Amino acid sequence: MNDIEKNLLAQVADLHEIPIGAYNIRRDGEAAGRNSTANIEITSKTDKPGIDIRIKPGTKNESVHIPVIITQSGYGETVYNDFFVGAGSDVLIVAGCGIHNSGCDTSQHDGIHAFYLEEGARVRYVEKHYGEGEGTGERIMNPTTLIYMQKNSYIELETVQIRGVDSTLRQTYVEAAEGCEVVITERLMTHGKQIADSEMEVDLNGDDSRARITSRSVAQDESVQVFRPRVVGNAKCFGHVQCDTIIMGKAKVSSVPEIAANNVEAQLVHEAAIGRIAGDQLLKLMTLGLSKEEAEERIISGFLK
Amino acid sequence: MLSIRGLNYEVETEHGPLGILKNIDLDIETGRFVVITGPNGGGKTSLAKAIMGLVPATAESMTYNGTDITGLDVTERAKLGISYGFQQPPRFKGMLVTDLLSIAAGRELTDGECCAYLTQVGLCTSDYQGREIDAGLSGGELKRIEIASLLARNASLMIFDEPEAGIDLWSFARLTETFRELHENSEATLIIISHQERIIRLSDEIILISGGEVSMSGPTEEIFPKIMNATVPGCAFLEDRK
Ligand SMILES: Nc1ncnc2c1ncn2[C@@H]1O[C@H](COP(=O)(O)OP(=O)(O)O)[C@@H](O)[C@H]1O
Ligand SMILES: [Mg+2]
Repeated sequence: MNDIEKNLLAQVADLHEIPIGAYNIRRDGEAAGRNSTANIEITSKTDKPGIDIRIKPGTKNESVHIPVIITQSGYGETVYNDFFVGAGSDVLIVAGCGIHNSGCDTSQHDGIHAFYLEEGARVRYVEKHYGEGEGTGERIMNPTTLIYMQKNSYIELETVQIRGVDSTLRQTYVEAAEGCEVVITERLMTHGKQIADSEMEVDLNGDDSRARITSRSVAQDESVQVFRPRVVGNAKCFGHVQCDTIIMGKAKVSSVPEIAANNVEAQLVHEAAIGRIAGDQLLKLMTLGLSKEEAEERIISGFLK
Repeated sequence: MLSIRGLNYEVETEHGPLGILKNIDLDIETGRFVVITGPNGGGKTSLAKAIMGLVPATAESMTYNGTDITGLDVTERAKLGISYGFQQPPRFKGMLVTDLLSIAAGRELTDGECCAYLTQVGLCTSDYQGREIDAGLSGGELKRIEIASLLARNASLMIFDEPEAGIDLWSFARLTETFRELHENSEATLIIISHQERIIRLSDEIILISGGEVSMSGPTEEIFPKIMNATVPGCAFLEDRK
């Protein structure tokens, strides 16, 4: 690995060395390293690009890292990764995509991740997107995340896109059965002329299922963001959607949370707010000795943390 | 020493310009504990903000320890040692109490250090360090974190704007003690905008502001009996005492 590749891995997966546990590193469409463990098996798909990750029932405190990096300008791919998470297991899955584009052609990664959680399985899924490079070529990432949850399973989905992705269409779909819990946290920052579009649907199909969606974003310069989180209550369930955006410069943001109930016992709430950094927030930090720019930076980094 | 001559602050309203502060002269010696009091709407907060540079006031002269500060912005005044605790502090989504205190101190504070500042304002500490300064905090909690941020900043001039507002009896007692200790054990100049007798009694000097003007000022033992007997229009506290 060269320095550019090492930096991409550090950015998207906090990886500074070979990870412990199961991993699969994909570089410009090729496997750059793979490790299965006694409980977690990673195999290549035979019919299309991508991998199957099989986690044995009862696997606890293990992790899977599956970062993707692209450094070839003009390279594009669509990858299918399927996660079969066995009953009663409790695992951390770290995915992420880093693109370094130093050329003038578009580099693009479309990842379609499907999760099948068996009864009582618990997953924390962390996904970071990051782009860099001095080229004029666009960096595009379109993640699709499909989550199918059996009884009493739990998923925590944490997605972060902080820098350098020119265009992203993020689609997330969750089906939750009885007693399931879904926690989704989305962090997004766009600048320049970037475009980000996030669509989400969480169907609460079983009694006592719960969903909590929190989206926080900062839109700078002339960037454009659209959020459409939707929670559907088809049973006795609880759902909460919250979207918060700091808007700056000439950015445009549209936030359209939707809640739909098909059952009288569904309890659903949504909140959405868009606003600039409040003047008294800046002034307060300036009275503590920060410049206006430093104050802005601190407010944004706190907000996105 | 803070020295002000001919300070004026005017705002534009639909009925034309409105004078908020009128020709204020002030001298506050280093290390003094000064209480600014007076009726609501008298101009106390405006005066404090004018000193911090938060509102566009004009002055013939305004110096702090000999430096002319009239042309300096908020950040520059802060770096000279002026600090101000807001009457209505802002909330910050995502920022933790420890983050704010660390910004104030100008370095990463340890948990122990944050703990010490929070204790001084009567907050039971471990509950608060990891809290966000957002809507989840009550007004009184927010206010005390604001005061703690000034303690962490440890500037040479600290202006507190009605620190007692919204605070329970026990925390107020703790806070009063903190001001007393601060005055006794440090060189800092304290300006406290307050209506509370217990705080006023701790002070060296009182400045009474009403109608945008200094209507009385001098040593506490001399001024306090006078304002207790005076009628100042619009000041409920003083009228109650008659
Ligand atoms: N920006 C402003 N526009 C209009 N009126 C203002 C403005 N700022 C302050 N005032 C008015 O000036 C007066 C003094 O306000 P303030 O300094 O907050 O008083 P105090 O702190 O003594 O209660 C009040 O009548 C207030 O309504
Ligand atoms: Mg006031």
